[in-house]
Amino acid sequence: MGLIDNIGLGFSVALSAINLLYCLAGVFLGTLIGVLPGLGPTATIAMLLPVTFTLPPVSALIMLSGIYYGSQYGGSTTSILVNVPGEAASVVTALDGYQMALKGRAGVALATAAIGSFFAGTVATVILALFAPPLAEIALKFGPAEFFSLMVLGLLASLVLARGSLLHATGMVVLGLLLGLVGADVNTGTQRYTFGIPQLADGIGFVVVAMGMFGLAEVIRNLENEDDRPTIISKITTLMPTKEDWKRIIGPILRGTAIGSALGILPGSGSILGSFAAYAIEKKVSKNSAEFGKGAIEGVAAPESANNAGAQTSFIPMLTLGIPSNPVMALMIGAMVIQGIQPGPSVITEQPALFWGIIVSMWIGNLFLVILNLPMVGMWVKIVSVPYQYLFPAILVFCGIGVFSLNNTEFDVYLMALFGLVGYIFVKLDCEPAPMLLAFILGPMMEEYMRRALLLSRGDPMIFLQRPISATMLALAALAIIVASLPMFYKKREETFRE
Amino acid sequence: MIHRISRLLVSALVFLGAAQAYAEQYPAKVITIIVPFAAGGPSDTIARLTAQAMGTILKGTMIVENVAGAGGTIGAARLTQAKPDGYTLFIHHIGHATAPALYRKLSYDAMSDFEPVGLINDGAMTFVARKDFPAKDLKELLAYVAANKDKVNMANAGVGSASHLCGMLFMSALKTDLTTIPYKGTGPAMNDLLGGQVDFMCDQTTNTTSHIKAGKIKVYGVTTPKRIASMPEVPTMNEAGMPNFTVTVWHALYAPKGTPKAIVDQLSKALQDALKDPTLKQRFADLGSEPVAQERATPEALRVQLKSEIEKWGPIIKNAGVFAD
Repeated sequence: MGLIDNIGLGFSVALSAINLLYCLAGVFLGTLIGVLPGLGPTATIAMLLPVTFTLPPVSALIMLSGIYYGSQYGGSTTSILVNVPGEAASVVTALDGYQMALKGRAGVALATAAIGSFFAGTVATVILALFAPPLAEIALKFGPAEFFSLMVLGLLASLVLARGSLLHATGMVVLGLLLGLVGADVNTGTQRYTFGIPQLADGIGFVVVAMGMFGLAEVIRNLENEDDRPTIISKITTLMPTKEDWKRIIGPILRGTAIGSALGILPGSGSILGSFAAYAIEKKVSKNSAEFGKGAIEGVAAPESANNAGAQTSFIPMLTLGIPSNPVMALMIGAMVIQGIQPGPSVITEQPALFWGIIVSMWIGNLFLVILNLPMVGMWVKIVSVPYQYLFPAILVFCGIGVFSLNNTEFDVYLMALFGLVGYIFVKLDCEPAPMLLAFILGPMMEEYMRRALLLSRGDPMIFLQRPISATMLALAALAIIVASLPMFYKKREETFRE
Repeated sequence: MIHRISRLLVSALVFLGAAQAYAEQYPAKVITIIVPFAAGGPSDTIARLTAQAMGTILKGTMIVENVAGAGGTIGAARLTQAKPDGYTLFIHHIGHATAPALYRKLSYDAMSDFEPVGLINDGAMTFVARKDFPAKDLKELLAYVAANKDKVNMANAGVGSASHLCGMLFMSALKTDLTTIPYKGTGPAMNDLLGGQVDFMCDQTTNTTSHIKAGKIKVYGVTTPKRIASMPEVPTMNEAGMPNFTVTVWHALYAPKGTPKAIVDQLSKALQDALKDPTLKQRFADLGSEPVAQERATPEALRVQLKSEIEKWGPIIKNAGVFAD
């Protein structure tokens, strides 16, 4: 009864002409910045913050949320078309999405991403409406020990991401962990590997590394073999998934949505972890696991669903507790405060129109997004047919603008160029950047949580086994290692990857 | 040689530019305020509210540029490289006074490289604990901490953060060392306090008020000399049993060294008027903070405040043996 009333209230707010307009404006803008590589939702929302001062609070937040989840839709576009992940969560989409594009199936990949995102977004919105407060309470049960064990599990998954040799992948994981060490140590403030450069004090930005290693390296590689590109264009066939494709994506979309929704609730890098985990699991369970990394449609459907589901459920801690789970949520909290709304547990009871209005608007926004995006698939695909001599300078310019806008510093642009070169060298050495990137994200978090857990236990490592959730995850990790190292499975793995 | 000529040329141009801007009505173009923290945080909010109100008064546009990193020192260094023409300003909090002690290799001098414009606000901090923490009030908390020195965990938002400073002051007042659990920012720290993973911390009202009001955490006192309007029932730390324990998270506006005095005065006047704006006052109150009195929104008052805070925190930080670099 209460829920139906609340949803009714939400609809009455979200369906008002002005809020519909701001929702549409938000998702449109979100799609646009998602498509532009590097220009992420954080920079855009920060720039638009002053504009929202004059809007009514609900409209302002509806628009800002629209930008965020809209960008998750759009983020996959450049990953698929030009191998430039616009934001962290689309790194995995690039693995198979770009391969699909090279095979002339860019349209199908984009459509799959949109369909998966829509389904995931809808389901996650329902979860948000039904269970937000209890889920937030559960997320609070996750202490440092639990997070550490979750990261261990995640790091193991990174090895699954690799297409080539296990040795190369392990080397890249170690490199990622080392890169993640750069910056001030959380506990003591001691600088590590910063060489006295203040811009490195807070570590290397993820987007900087991702755009360099994927986007720039790919540009260099393409310029090397000039006649690679024209062959792709001629191969574009269908835009929409076939019946066979549909059969293959249903499972991944469902699993991706479940994984993404669950991990999105956790503070930190929930939605990033979600897309990596969804991809890794899909690669394990899929009948077509041999195709992964060579353009498997499952490899697009699963992470895209996970990342959109996670984007929606990451609102849960923000809306119910006033705790930001990522920089975008921190901006949303800032927007609320400027509007005179104190974010926190009281928002649901004191501002029901705001809370339910935002939730319902998310569903409407997802509908807008799929309507906006599906017809645009045909248009985006044409981007690939732009002659590469015009396309690549555009890619470079957008990467440069995007990276600069993160911290308003040109240092990041130089750093991205450096990682572009490094990425190119790794391409030549047959080393995959994806496991490195996951380790780069997870490494510092793992260290932080481990040291925090040990501080709390006064150095007793048993804390990881005494807490049931943590122990279960470590047991799963141990099981995964045992299974992977059994000779029979090892052989099978070799076959899978050596093909 | 070429270098010297070009430098001469540049300074001539700067001088001409400044002279021209000076001849025109100030502000003739957009004024940028550097905020050395990420957008959306409490300091950013304070800066944006101030920028908006001052912009209206100066009949110009003020925009906020977030240059985050290294505890605010990157943003501060950026200001010292800006033209002293009144078009690049800087808003920072108490961290500007603690940076000289925390960072051994600063590229600037926190006092002499900045032209103080005026203080903006005094923000309160609250001493809070997890919901099921046994102590009822501050006296019980002090007794409990004394008896369980090795068991209690105090959270903070990372090296150099306001919660870290407050925690250091707490330990220095108790003449003891406690296990401190550092986080990357106040959000994750509050998350673990709500989840009962850590025992207590001292954090800005911006982050604690809604949780205190919802009964999710316990509060023992506010760190300002006087009680605060948004939670009048909460005693000050002095009243609750720790005399001389005061921390305020104050924000202030600075210009680069060498900004013409006429412009600094104009800015200071605009700041004083902005701080009387009812919307700004209301928003500040929502954040558990209040604008400073008119006579403190002046260059002289800020100079005195900055000097005394540098002198207050320097020894505390040095005794704790803490460095951020």
